[in-house]
Amino acid sequence: MSASEKARPRVGLFVTCLVDLFRPSVGFATLSLLEKAGCEVVVPEAQTCCGQPTFNSGDFRDSRDIAANVIAAFEEFDYVVAPSGSCAGMIRAHYPELFEDDPAMAMRAQHLAKRTYELTAFLVDIMGMESTGAAFAGTVTYHDSCSGLRELEVKTQPRKLLAAMDGTSIKEMPGAEICCGFGGTFCVKYPEISDKMVTQKAAEIVESGADHLLAGDLGCLLNMGGKLKRLGARTEVRHVAEVLAGMTDQPSIGEGER
Amino acid sequence: MQSTSHSFKQNARDALTDAQLQKALSKMRPGFQQKRADVVAKLPEFDDLRDRGRDIKNHVLENLDFYLERFESNVVANGGHVHWCRNAEEARQTIMEICRSVDARTVTKGKSMVAEEIGLNEYLEEHGVEPIETDLGEYIIQLRGEPPSHIIAPAIHVNKEQVVEAFRKKHTDLPPDRALEEVGDITDEARTQLRPKFFAADVGITGANFLIAETGQTVIVTNEGNGDLTQTLGKAHVVVASLEKIVPTLEDASCILRLLARSATGQEFSVYTTFSSGPRRETDLDGPESFHVVLIDNGRSAMLGTEYQDMLRCIRCSACMNHCPVYAAVGGHAYGWVYPGPMGAVLTPSLIGIDEAGHLPNASTFCGRCEQVCPMRIPLPKMMRHYRAKEFTENKTTAQIRNGLGIWSYFAKRPWLYRQSTKLGAALLRALGGKRGRIASLPLASGWTSVRDLPAPEGRTFQQLYKMSGHGKKGDA
Repeated sequence: MSASEKARPRVGLFVTCLVDLFRPSVGFATLSLLEKAGCEVVVPEAQTCCGQPTFNSGDFRDSRDIAANVIAAFEEFDYVVAPSGSCAGMIRAHYPELFEDDPAMAMRAQHLAKRTYELTAFLVDIMGMESTGAAFAGTVTYHDSCSGLRELEVKTQPRKLLAAMDGTSIKEMPGAEICCGFGGTFCVKYPEISDKMVTQKAAEIVESGADHLLAGDLGCLLNMGGKLKRLGARTEVRHVAEVLAGMTDQPSIGEGER
Repeated sequence: MQSTSHSFKQNARDALTDAQLQKALSKMRPGFQQKRADVVAKLPEFDDLRDRGRDIKNHVLENLDFYLERFESNVVANGGHVHWCRNAEEARQTIMEICRSVDARTVTKGKSMVAEEIGLNEYLEEHGVEPIETDLGEYIIQLRGEPPSHIIAPAIHVNKEQVVEAFRKKHTDLPPDRALEEVGDITDEARTQLRPKFFAADVGITGANFLIAETGQTVIVTNEGNGDLTQTLGKAHVVVASLEKIVPTLEDASCILRLLARSATGQEFSVYTTFSSGPRRETDLDGPESFHVVLIDNGRSAMLGTEYQDMLRCIRCSACMNHCPVYAAVGGHAYGWVYPGPMGAVLTPSLIGIDEAGHLPNASTFCGRCEQVCPMRIPLPKMMRHYRAKEFTENKTTAQIRNGLGIWSYFAKRPWLYRQSTKLGAALLRALGGKRGRIASLPLASGWTSVRDLPAPEGRTFQQLYKMSGHGKKGDA
């Protein structure tokens, strides 16, 4: 890989709170992919959450405190990479906005924002990765999570890496770019509306005929996976990093011991 | 118009269980969305036009007083009148006085959202003037006695059978056994009903898509031609318009017109684009004897200089609601006031207050599709978030959410404590998930588990496992 000829970039892995709590295997898959791409990966222990729950609820003061922690923990790295478009989008698009009235912090936020990436976009756009070298036998459909798609333009990168895998075929569903109804606190504040949205999404996933649903954000995956399980669908749900890294030994999301 | 925005949650629940409404809403994707995508794909400069449109409106909003006065002096030079109205009451009274001045008994109306905003029809009826809506969709909902559910397709929630039912009930002069099965039969009947009303009306009231400062003209776009008949056949033509409709020049109007129909209906241009330049001149064959522009503020000037100023760029195309998954789920009536969807989620609290309309900016997943399709590049999610911030700082966020956030941010700011509690949380939730790997009911998270399972965590946190794997040492330097 060309990147290995250069100095190995030092990457701070932003695990995200959902991966840390719910699905550490996504974190290890991310770690493995980044190392395969030729990065030196560091996981700062002082990380917790990117601050989206408070930010999107209008609590900007606590969001600034949380963001300041993230900035302090990650600003030493060449890049920050997260297995999530929404957390990477929070750092990239919204941290500078949070510190608009604080020039010193705004500069640090800008500095961090510029080097923060969603995982698949980082692998393809920055590290020039063509293939992860892993194999995965199955048909997959890919849901474009909203923040990754619209804030970071993550669309072709995961598909490119999936298409390069041995044994993997992609079956697109019609509304891949339509929100699944997660929306952070939205899904518990307005459960009936969220349910309507995720029910339609689940139907389109099943209709696609794919036996796996993949996406790049665990929030959306827990929502869609939880609905598919509630409906008794057989679709297996995984974070795209697990598949790309060839690390699919864990039961899929919402599935018990095999 | 009376608001029910405060009961958005209940309105939404009712909408979600209304099978007929759900069927009507399911047509939004193949309809509006696909048509817009197709027509935009054919215009490579579409995004450049969006930048220009945004810049034109920003310039206007920075110089609003100048352009409004310029517009007024040109309307007067053309022989018309401009009436400045601070609020709905002043606007209603002004329009009523114009009606009285020509002894009006009936008025025809073209589609106007700001007329809905000021509750014009009810007011006219109370004062003995009969308003007749002439846009087919508006006519249908007027017969049904309900407000519009969409800003350009007011009867989008109604199906054909319901239209037939309304026609049979209200058009009592026609034989009850007449054929009304085909869409053509229905439109023919509407036409024969409306035609004499156009000729009988004393006043024609229209809205305006643009007010052009340099010429003193007002512009409407329609697809049915009803606006033209409305405004040329009455003794007086009254244009009701909110003050942010102003653009400096004809060129500017042309630029935004290229964005409007494409964003709205997926047409390259609306069927009729009508410029009104004042009352009938001596040499004109037809036209109204007097021309009035009722210029309405009703809360807009208070938005200038605030986080919500950008909302005044809105050209009411409806692209945001046409692409909104929340609108698609609940329809327009659930929003409870005049303006539904994402633009309504910002405009409604701006005009009637956050206490009444606080739900609307909260009922969004921030999926960002509205901003992605907005021809005027209005940052709708950002402004909704500002309303949430306003609620939060004014202590109006619900106690449940407030407490939850408080606990969350307390831990999120303390990494060591956070790690200890997530360890516990992961183990506990894992245990609750048992062998199935998912949790079907969790008392403190019933909002989640009422409609979907909660996939159980793997059992240990990433931080825990990372440390155990020996990886962590080099990273914690």
